[in-house]
Amino acid sequence: MTKKAKAYWKENLRYLFMLLMIWFVVSFGAGILFKNILDEIKIGGFKLGFWFAQQGSMYVFVILIFVYVRLMNKLDRKYGYDS
Amino acid sequence: MIHSLMVEGIGIQNWTYILVGVTFALYISIAICSRAGSTEDFYVAGSGVSPLANGMATAADWMSAASFISMAGIISFAGYDGAVYLMGWTGGYVLLALLLAPYLRKFGKFTVPDFIGERYYSDIARFVGVLCALLVSFTYVAGQMRGVGLVFSRFLEVDIDTGVIIGMLIVLFYAVLGGMKGITYTQVAQYCVLIFAFMVPAIFISIQMTGNPVPQLGFGSQMADGSGMYLLDKLDGLSEDLGFAQYTNGSKSIIDVFAITLALMVGTAGLPHVIVRFFTVRRVRDARKSAGIALLLIVILYSTAPAVAVFARTNMIETVSKQSYASVPEWFKKWETTGLIVFNDKNNDGIINYVADASKNELQVDNDIMVLANPEIARLPDWIVALVAAGALAAALSTAAGLLLVISSSISHDLIKKIINPKISENGELIAARISAIVAVCVAGYFGINPPGFVAATVALAFGLAAASFFPAIVLGIFYKRMNKEGAIAGMVVGITLMMFYMIKYRLGWFDEVVPDKDEWWFGISPEGFGSVAMGVNFFVSVVISKFTSAPPTEVQEMVENIRIPLGSGPATDH
Repeated sequence: MTKKAKAYWKENLRYLFMLLMIWFVVSFGAGILFKNILDEIKIGGFKLGFWFAQQGSMYVFVILIFVYVRLMNKLDRKYGYDS
Repeated sequence: MIHSLMVEGIGIQNWTYILVGVTFALYISIAICSRAGSTEDFYVAGSGVSPLANGMATAADWMSAASFISMAGIISFAGYDGAVYLMGWTGGYVLLALLLAPYLRKFGKFTVPDFIGERYYSDIARFVGVLCALLVSFTYVAGQMRGVGLVFSRFLEVDIDTGVIIGMLIVLFYAVLGGMKGITYTQVAQYCVLIFAFMVPAIFISIQMTGNPVPQLGFGSQMADGSGMYLLDKLDGLSEDLGFAQYTNGSKSIIDVFAITLALMVGTAGLPHVIVRFFTVRRVRDARKSAGIALLLIVILYSTAPAVAVFARTNMIETVSKQSYASVPEWFKKWETTGLIVFNDKNNDGIINYVADASKNELQVDNDIMVLANPEIARLPDWIVALVAAGALAAALSTAAGLLLVISSSISHDLIKKIINPKISENGELIAARISAIVAVCVAGYFGINPPGFVAATVALAFGLAAASFFPAIVLGIFYKRMNKEGAIAGMVVGITLMMFYMIKYRLGWFDEVVPDKDEWWFGISPEGFGSVAMGVNFFVSVVISKFTSAPPTEVQEMVENIRIPLGSGPATDH
């Protein structure tokens, strides 16, 4: 593996780690483990934990993938890996 | 006035014939326009599908009869617990987009067992991959054909078997003729039909109940009846009055909700018919982008489903609970004849007592009714009721076609071309692919007509099987260069065997006289959630065994380095 490829892979892994942390926190965190605590907060008719479980986490998932697409396209350009 | 009379004059039945007929004609003409000329066309649509078209096709492929018909109903009875499906079946796309899709596209082959076979330099690994793919896909496809039959029987009043056969013929036609190419473009059309059919009633009902046209906001709004009460508070109250748990609190344990959500997420990312869709785009960056588009299109339906669940549940309780049986609306009687609503007047007072206590409850309502009968319960016009039938068929057919393609390519490509007869010509392989598709449709149709009792129970478990087998093997294959064939094969075999054992013991109960009680579940985890445990065991076994056996050959390690770099992903090839 060339030095360049190694550096690219390392940055890629850092992005993955960051994004998957958020993935875990909104779904397993806010929607399941801390659901009951968050339910104390109400926004409109929604209890917050319930909202994360049945709405919020899904919206965050979509945003995460598009953020990933942007980050990776930028990374590909930086390393000259875009075709 | 005249217009509305004409519309009423047509009736639900004829509207259904018209809408189903028009959509079927559309699918067939698309199939004729996009015939497959080569194995590359047949397996991966020539790797020339645009990210948008692939995103739409993936979404239609993904959303099955279960998503369209059953999910909102399941949520409306499960309340908060229904979130396992919502998060599980969408969160998996994050894993797919970040951990699998780009690298598998770069790898550039035709099937998932292809990757397993090449990465683990072994026909045994490939063969294990084929077996897992067939097991997962067949459990899944039988449920789809059944769904097609059910929709036909309820809306067009043909019997279920005739419905299954009509569905088989349609799928046969475009899957065999067009392969992945035909399937992809029909799925694009099917996505449009199904999302329109799901959203229109949801928007109408949201306006009726809350005055808000956006269902996602509507179910968190105040009721439109002027009481100023929030809909969810109202439903929590209604549920408690009848002895159920509050709607916004579930009744499953936290660990089980956690395990099921994880198993569904990982299973989603490991399903061959979903993964293979990302082999059809041109470049690595297109694979990433189309995963995002697919999830966005899926979330449109998935974020609406919990709203539909709340509307339908509130509507149903208010319409039938404590009402006199003599005065129930027409839809109640109609669905009673299908056996999906059962009323048993235990205390002979002529009043429908719908309560949590099983000994006093007099009303059984099937999950599926919540979507199928919802437009009638809310008194929407006939054409909307018919639209739901066309949408449900689009959902079932698109998923069935995607699964059949995985089955046929596993057989023609991975078994025949790669293992049994490598010398087969391109034309011979294409014929083999078409014949396997025909056989697969017939087998699926057979299971649709004669469903073994365990199909319903096992469809949900297909995710556990995928999580326990493919996901670790693929992720380790990409992210752990040292992973070798011994580890991967052992991991897959142990993972899927453990999952099958748990499923047979605790869901089907074949090892005991009766299905064992919940208390006997390991760590309190249900069979649906056990895929997470089996996946963990697979990861563990794979890594430990590979530590004690020799490293993979240099050229395989170089291949792993190569798939990590997006540059130079050509069209999918055979060589």
